[in-house]
Amino acid sequence: MAEQAQLRVPKTGYRLFRTKSWGVFAEGVWHNNPIFGMMLGLCSTLAVTNLMANALVMCLSVILVLIVNSWVISLLRNHIPERVRMITYMLITSSLVITVDMMLKIFLPETSKALGPYVALIITNCIIMGRAEAFAMNNPPGVCVADALGVGLGYTFSLMTLAFVREILGFGTIFGWQVLPGSVTPMQLFAIPPGAFFTLGVFILVVNIIRRKGEPEGESKEGGCGQCESC
Amino acid sequence: MRIMLMLFASIITSNIALTYFLGMCPFVTISRNIGVAAGMGVAVTVVMTLTATANWAIDTLILQPLGLGFLQFLVFIVTIATIVQILEMVIDRYSPKLYHAFGIFLPLITVNCAILGISLFMVLRSYGFVQTLVYSFGSGLGWTLAIVTMGALRKRLAFSNPPSGFGDMGITAILAGFMALAFLGFSGMASL
Repeated sequence: MAEQAQLRVPKTGYRLFRTKSWGVFAEGVWHNNPIFGMMLGLCSTLAVTNLMANALVMCLSVILVLIVNSWVISLLRNHIPERVRMITYMLITSSLVITVDMMLKIFLPETSKALGPYVALIITNCIIMGRAEAFAMNNPPGVCVADALGVGLGYTFSLMTLAFVREILGFGTIFGWQVLPGSVTPMQLFAIPPGAFFTLGVFILVVNIIRRKGEPEGESKEGGCGQCESC
Repeated sequence: MRIMLMLFASIITSNIALTYFLGMCPFVTISRNIGVAAGMGVAVTVVMTLTATANWAIDTLILQPLGLGFLQFLVFIVTIATIVQILEMVIDRYSPKLYHAFGIFLPLITVNCAILGISLFMVLRSYGFVQTLVYSFGSGLGWTLAIVTMGALRKRLAFSNPPSGFGDMGITAILAGFMALAFLGFSGMASL
């Protein structure tokens, strides 16, 4: 797989950082960050980031589904027939999502209502499908969990930063706590859909600038979206 | 009258791409070319209308009476996959020409979140049959309108000079933001 060819595993440092699992993990969090790097799973990213609390619940659900999904598919990878693999992934993912959705309805009924259909839409989130297809089908379970955790945390990182900016500008609060003084009028624009697009655009700009500084050869990688024609 | 309002709202003010962010991945990847965007739009509209009505029927006639509501997501996604598969075979059998034009989009549609999203909204808002039909058709048209407009805008982009740091995706997101603002401007007229 191309994934393994470009893996950046440091040669020095603590032993933990030299393992394959760590390399895979770091790859998911930053270099292959699902939102800013690969532009996958945009629907939920844009929809749930107007409040940080909702975004956090969404992230935890995605991480849970992603880890269990990768692990199960990795365990079954030698038994899933090539031709029906997509529908197999979908069945496994939707069973997990149904479980998560029920748990949310019981323990956090208000957040569940606020998230609406977006928890169920984890089924068609291309991050989950992409990880299953590109990684879990070819790797042993342990590494897959590390990869899923890395990608999940990368997703969380992106969503939380987006939600932080949108909530503080749109409502003047963080996790519902008032942080801006009452005299500052919140910019409603950031709480409604267009604000989500603007914030995402500016974030991509910032991430691209940081990445260019990190790669002095000036070889900027475009947010390639090869396998995500679908979402 | 209410049906017309609903159609209008689902196309413009509650546009699934620009206000509910559904089907975002094809929206940013396929919109480079207007022709391809329009093809994808038509395919999405057809599949969306078919699957939403089929899912409505399955949900009302089978799942709810049997108390199997918790299986909704699983059944919906299987229905969508089945309908897309059947549609692909039928088109291939009866109109190879059409198959060559739209065939490539059909497998991608199975995992399009807009298709599943419409079925979920229909359940959440407890729509009746006619409402489901109008809502799903209108949403498909709205998505087509959004992606074709985006295709046209991106064509114009070739002659302009946005900051290079935005890259292809960043500037598309900004453009989508302005489109969303324009679509939201109608929200005083009708909304869902």
